[in-house]
Amino acid sequence: MSVDDVFKYFVGLISFLSVLTLFLMVLELFRYSLPVLSLKFIFGINWNPVAGSEEYGILPYILGTIVTSTIAMIVGVPISLGIAIYLSEMAPNFIRKTLSFVIELLAAVPSVIYGLWGLFIFRFWVKDFIEEPLSKYLGFLPIFEGEPFGLDILTAGLILAIMIIPTVSSVSREVLMAVPNSQREAVYSLGATKWEVIKVGVLSYAKSGLVGASILGLGRAVGETMAVTMVIGNAVGPSALPTSLFKAGQTMASLIANEFNEADPTTLHPNALIGVGLILFVLALTINLLAQVMVWRILKIKEGTVE
Amino acid sequence: MGREIISLSSRVRKEDETDHIYKIKTENLNAWFGTKQALKDINIKIRKNAITAIIGPSGCGKSTLIRCLNRMHELVPSAKVSGKVYIDGIDIYSKNVDPVIVRRKVGMVFQKPNPFPTMSIYDNVAAGLKLNGIRDRKKLDEIVKKSLEQAWLWDEVKNDLDKPGSSLSGGQQQRLCIARALAVEPEVLLLDEPTSALDPIAASKIEQLIVSLKKDYTIVIVTHNMQQAARVSDYTAFLYLGRLIEYDETAKIFSNPKEELTENYIAGRFG
Amino acid sequence: MQRYWIRKLKDKMAYAFCLTCIVLAIVPLGSILFEVTKNGLPALNIDFFTKGPGAIGEPGGGIANSIQGTLILIGLTSLIGVPIGVLSGIYLAEFGNTQFGRIIRLTNNVLMQFPSIVIGIFAFLIVVLPIGSFSPLAGAIALAIIMVPIITRTTEESLKLVPNSIREASMALGIRRWRTIVSVVLVSAKGGVVTGIMLSIARIAGETAPLIMTILGSQWFFYGFTNPMDALTLRIWRLALLPYEYAHQTGWGAALVLIILVLSLNVIARFLTRSKYKV
Repeated sequence: MSVDDVFKYFVGLISFLSVLTLFLMVLELFRYSLPVLSLKFIFGINWNPVAGSEEYGILPYILGTIVTSTIAMIVGVPISLGIAIYLSEMAPNFIRKTLSFVIELLAAVPSVIYGLWGLFIFRFWVKDFIEEPLSKYLGFLPIFEGEPFGLDILTAGLILAIMIIPTVSSVSREVLMAVPNSQREAVYSLGATKWEVIKVGVLSYAKSGLVGASILGLGRAVGETMAVTMVIGNAVGPSALPTSLFKAGQTMASLIANEFNEADPTTLHPNALIGVGLILFVLALTINLLAQVMVWRILKIKEGTVE
Repeated sequence: MGREIISLSSRVRKEDETDHIYKIKTENLNAWFGTKQALKDINIKIRKNAITAIIGPSGCGKSTLIRCLNRMHELVPSAKVSGKVYIDGIDIYSKNVDPVIVRRKVGMVFQKPNPFPTMSIYDNVAAGLKLNGIRDRKKLDEIVKKSLEQAWLWDEVKNDLDKPGSSLSGGQQQRLCIARALAVEPEVLLLDEPTSALDPIAASKIEQLIVSLKKDYTIVIVTHNMQQAARVSDYTAFLYLGRLIEYDETAKIFSNPKEELTENYIAGRFG
Repeated sequence: MQRYWIRKLKDKMAYAFCLTCIVLAIVPLGSILFEVTKNGLPALNIDFFTKGPGAIGEPGGGIANSIQGTLILIGLTSLIGVPIGVLSGIYLAEFGNTQFGRIIRLTNNVLMQFPSIVIGIFAFLIVVLPIGSFSPLAGAIALAIIMVPIITRTTEESLKLVPNSIREASMALGIRRWRTIVSVVLVSAKGGVVTGIMLSIARIAGETAPLIMTILGSQWFFYGFTNPMDALTLRIWRLALLPYEYAHQTGWGAALVLIILVLSLNVIARFLTRSKYKV
């Protein structure tokens, strides 16, 4: 074996560490959560870590994760698409560069700072400008039940919406820019306005990539911990069931962050939290794989543009 | 359609006695990409219901010229145009003219077939009609059929209208693009090297198709294939380094060119 | 076509919608930067940068131990993550056009978007449990798992930008392939690789969740690899949840320090890429 081969296998082995990590991760998570894994774990709603009367049901947190992520998608995805469309199809060159950079900075802000801002500033925006009007006019609907407080599921979902914007918009922008120019020209030559060119020539072509970009955002929303932990109110047990948007809730990630250090190692509490981690792992893995495949497929068909 | 037609025809018309035989007329047309000038003072009159070929070596501005005729040139960032282009006597670069309306009147087919890959054959042809607000299924069916027939594609696809446009062969895709352009009922058809990406058999079919369309449309075709220009066109313009060197009946250009440059190009001495 | 004005209106509305979206994204960023600066600046003084925190509930003290912790974490994590990331990137760029390479690439992409708290649990299970205590090392391993995919990808991308002619020129001189890659290709791609490293440092410096179960947080300065340690992000979190006004102010101050660190790393990285290759 030549020196070159040794080098090749060495760097190959190093790069294999990532696969090994992922593999070990699922193995370890599974091993430690085995004692609590059952249907009751997933579908139960009670949470009691006191030795002797232990009970671990994580349905409220699964639902909390689903509801907050859904809010994030409903609010964040259209905004991100608007940004991506503006940057790829409408903005003049110099604005495009500056704006893309600003949006990237939004991604660079650490999540604990989003949390701090959410806890002391954004929370009051949500309470005063969104929750109170909703409560006043639509308070009869069950999902808007309760006194607006600002530290609840809605605020958590909205802060997640802000946090997924950079991911979704930058990937979407890449996807849109990969659409060959010949598609745009074809629509232009039929006598179309700019928006019609975007709709018929660009968006329909890029659809699957845009869905992929959104799913990537979903992945971020599902796993996001700190900002959510700081604004969601951290309810536990049946009261954490997200029956109203104006209620304190809990996501899987925030539950782990809140309780991991307090868990008594002589009980099953740590195992239960690791079990939550395992569910989160499976969810995140599925979402990410799906997104990768969809984005990758569209970026692959990138072809040359006409003149 | 009312509004725009009125706004177009209420423009002051500039006519001379021979204008009715010409569809398009340019006056001192200049075009740039950034600081690079692609067209220099082009003055050309293009006849109605005839095929005009534009030939010349690559980079001579052929494509730029026809892209100025439907205001597609300005879509390239940093591109600029000066001068006038009259279609039916109306300057399409005048302030009150909307490029969207111009492009509906002047259809275009591109070098590489570019059907919309996510749409069915039917929807590809109907795309332009739907933009114009035609939703009536019966009317759509009718125009789609007519356009596909005009593009000699109907018999090949009439049972597969739901299949994606990208499932067709290269030559069929290009004819689909022609049908798509015809469906919006343009008066002028611009063809930018429409056969250069196709095999000879598919190309020859498209050539015959183009000739058959002449009775209904004014056609301008850019080609780097001189035999093609000689076969299909009635008039030929030779462009060199952004200038119009010679423009005449095709037979004259190929048998008895006035300019030495034209002769050298046609003889294949450069290209 | 009689409805042309509707089409025009839709066009205008689409444009207005997109501009609104831009504003909706910029407002939070502006507000965050404004509030962090406004509330954080008054907290900054000499004690803030030189002392650890006082007893809980008592004003005074600083966040020097947290800054120290974050710097130690950056150092340790880079020590583990940079070599692994760069070497993996080399593999993918130079030999990675295989099924194996595609699997690695996919894994890295997945890890790059992975919930960091799960990575924290993993580091807890493989480091904290076996050695029996919280440890800066566990934190660094968790952060390295986050860092490696970022560096791997940027290294791969920058190496691929190096034209093949450079590789061929070097090999034609009889220089071995590995030597060519390390001393010629990697050196030519230096700018991109360094940018990737800086971006990954910015990312891990802002991580909180995986530190909760690995370094725990502490009142003290670093005192050994088998003891808890503090970090800026953990400190911000803990301070924000305390019911005291002074704690919140110190929290904003710490946030200001953190955001300056993270954003300047990002801006410098951006600047580096811009001067090296035109983006």
